[in-house]
Amino acid sequence: MYDVTVIGCGVVGAGIACELSRHRLSVAVLEKENDVACGTTKANSAIVHAGFDPMPGTAMARLNVQGSKMMEALCGELSVEYRRIGSLVLAFGDGDLETLRELFRRGKANGVEKMELLTGAQALAMEPNLNPAVAGALYAPTAAIVNPWGLAIALIQTAVKNGARLHLNAGVNRIEEAGGFYRIGTDAGVFETRYLVNAAGTHSDEINNMAAKPFFQILPLKGEYYVLDKSQGNVVSHTIFQCPDQNGKGVLISPTVDGNLLVGPTAEPADGPDDTAVTARGLAKAAETALRSSEKINFREAIRNFSGVRAATEKDDFILGASPDAPRFVNAAAIKSPGLSAAPAIALEVCSILRDMGLPLSRKEEFIPWKKHKLFRDMTEEEQKEALRRDPLYGRVICRCETVTEGDIRRALRDPIPPGSIDGVKRRCNAGMGRCQGGFCGPRVHEILSRETGMRMEKICQDRAGSFLLTGETKTGGAEK
Amino acid sequence: MKEYDVIVVGAGPAGLAAACEAYQNGAERVLVVERDKEPGGILNQCIHSGFGLHYFKEELTGPEYAGRFIDLLRATGAELLLDTMVLHVSEEKEVTMVNPRDGCFTARADAVILTMGCRERTRGAIGIPGTRPAGVFTAGMAQRYVNIEGYMVGRKVVILGSGDIGLIMARRMTLEGAKVAACVELMPYSNGLGRNIVQCLDDFGIPLYLSHTITEIRGERRVEGVVVSRVDGRGKPVPGTERFFDCDTVLLSVGLIPENELSKEAGIELDPRTKGPAVYENMETSVPGIFACGNVVHVHDLVDFVTAESRRAGAAAARFCGRADAWDPFEPAVPLENGENVGYTVPQHIRPGRIDRYAEVFFRVKRVFGDSVIEVSDGGKILSSFRRDHMAPGEMEHIVIPKRLLQNAGKITVSAKEGKRN
Repeated sequence: MYDVTVIGCGVVGAGIACELSRHRLSVAVLEKENDVACGTTKANSAIVHAGFDPMPGTAMARLNVQGSKMMEALCGELSVEYRRIGSLVLAFGDGDLETLRELFRRGKANGVEKMELLTGAQALAMEPNLNPAVAGALYAPTAAIVNPWGLAIALIQTAVKNGARLHLNAGVNRIEEAGGFYRIGTDAGVFETRYLVNAAGTHSDEINNMAAKPFFQILPLKGEYYVLDKSQGNVVSHTIFQCPDQNGKGVLISPTVDGNLLVGPTAEPADGPDDTAVTARGLAKAAETALRSSEKINFREAIRNFSGVRAATEKDDFILGASPDAPRFVNAAAIKSPGLSAAPAIALEVCSILRDMGLPLSRKEEFIPWKKHKLFRDMTEEEQKEALRRDPLYGRVICRCETVTEGDIRRALRDPIPPGSIDGVKRRCNAGMGRCQGGFCGPRVHEILSRETGMRMEKICQDRAGSFLLTGETKTGGAEK
Repeated sequence: MKEYDVIVVGAGPAGLAAACEAYQNGAERVLVVERDKEPGGILNQCIHSGFGLHYFKEELTGPEYAGRFIDLLRATGAELLLDTMVLHVSEEKEVTMVNPRDGCFTARADAVILTMGCRERTRGAIGIPGTRPAGVFTAGMAQRYVNIEGYMVGRKVVILGSGDIGLIMARRMTLEGAKVAACVELMPYSNGLGRNIVQCLDDFGIPLYLSHTITEIRGERRVEGVVVSRVDGRGKPVPGTERFFDCDTVLLSVGLIPENELSKEAGIELDPRTKGPAVYENMETSVPGIFACGNVVHVHDLVDFVTAESRRAGAAAARFCGRADAWDPFEPAVPLENGENVGYTVPQHIRPGRIDRYAEVFFRVKRVFGDSVIEVSDGGKILSSFRRDHMAPGEMEHIVIPKRLLQNAGKITVSAKEGKRN
């Protein structure tokens, strides 16, 4: 019997689990996939929003601003990549200028600090590659970029290091109130828990409906993106938005913490909660819109496209709070943008809701954060020497585009939550994230995974369960069914 | 810091030939650095035959071709450092490396030869719509799995692009028992060698769909099929022409890109047309004493030409460090440009004073030609012309320009046009 069980291990669920693991509690996290951070957490804008966009008075506004203030310290504690680079919202006409004033007012009301309204010339002085037609901009220096899956992984590694249990491949099928506790049927067996937290992202309505009366519906909204090579990472040095419209904050261009350039997202209804397909129309729209912000983006340097699904609902806010009808059940549901920014604050909020429900929270004396490993390439000369003494395989470069060594990968494989797939290695070490997209290092990462884990080559997946790469050995009918 | 006459980055066909030639031309302290555990580069996974027809006048497999140069290199006094990655090359020709045995270290050379080869264009680079399941491989990656690791990557295959590796893999997968349903090419012509179309597709009854492309990949975890559409003259899919192919694997053979991250860091000027260093007649780059050859300069179809080009680079590097061929900033150099129907030229500059009798020029045409003429001109004045009865973008062209024509030239333009044989 667990004290608390969190359903879903994206950045929200991992954050809640991490916060809970600071207390004397038995905590479980149920994740339907074979790794953490596999949903919207790995497919978003990787932005910590300043917080001027959500309407004052919403949970989104409050938690975004609070989360944004917490993020730097949290990332510092977990050694997750974070850079406060600031953001600009561009205006291209009189209507847009009015929108900027409105955003500025909203930001003030939400408690966003240090915002400034800039003239077009001031904006161009800050970002020379912007469209020269820019008429004005809202500058928010508190906005930042972050490694979203890196943060989620560090949060759950920390939670597990401090006693929480993570159950992978544990998709939840039914939830029943069994008199003072819940019994949860999953693909990985039955779990019992006193308190239950729903952090199931685009599936959070389904989870709510298993435990409580339906009162919201996820209307999944897809956003398509381009990732461009590091050659484009300096086109801009801030996150650049255009004025928001009814479909959201619109297409942004932004450097990433890895030095790439991110372009997107579009906003189109998705074909279900897991519809992460990219479309010709969506990609064209993203590119066309982004070129309005800066015509200097060279889309021939694109290295990847992806799409993420927002857990949108009819209401323009998170659904965060005690369930109206199910006891000891908390929804951290419909967490769409700015969910990543708000995640640290959502974790605190959920803990306080649980406490109000009667969960005793007493802090552990000892809490040890798990720190994200520094890659060999980022180490100082001294650290590199020390790493090579520990494991000479830090001297073997496996991913040539991102300079990731076999030592980096082996270290990740010895973590509390090791990667079990090629993309799991990518999310932890960057191998395969560069311009060749794993063309060279994929088979080598595959081999290392097999050697270090004892899993057969054919059993190892690209990413989620079932995403197999090999059909068998050659000369032995490997192509036969 | 260890000192060398010549450091060669890479021990693929270009690096091996360049290193041998540098040694034979008087460079005594030659170091070849290779990231893989074996020398030979991509040839090691090219187990098919067809290599060496020009250079050795016999038909070899990739590993055999590499083996000849590995033997040659071993017979020299050159040092071969395997399992070692070059992390940085400076303009001062300091080469920083890392390997499991020695950790990080730096060596200096009088001359450096860059032979990092190329990488394959990926799905992300061309933005194929659809889901993102496993089972989409670049052809070279699949080739490594099949030929080096000994695993099959799928059972029912559609190949996008008709580059040579894709064609070779169509045959390879078929021979291993897979079904290759189609090879789909965006352009109205193949980008591969004519002989590969015949030997790898036609001989196995694999249909080639020209002016078609994949407009959607389907499948949630593993590829379950692709939608193929015809494209119009500008490469745009024509609505209504979609047809579904059931498959579990997509192989991409959609182009190769020279790998020049090290070159950029060394401050070497790149040619946007080739995406490789702009080179002189002796394969010297814009940084004196740094040479480049093979696929890092421009993508070749035949390794034989890589060898020839790399020998030139190796010999020049040896002369450079022997000071016989030192850099002279005032030395006249004739720029080469592509004219009509020509995509690029290599070299990009020729110093007439450094060639013996003629300069070799490589280029690619932009479309398919039947009877045609290559013209070499200097500001509108035709210096020389060459007849061809067939030219295609997938087949690199090679001409020689006599020294006497270059000596007084201002700017050389190479162009191609239709022309009947007299």
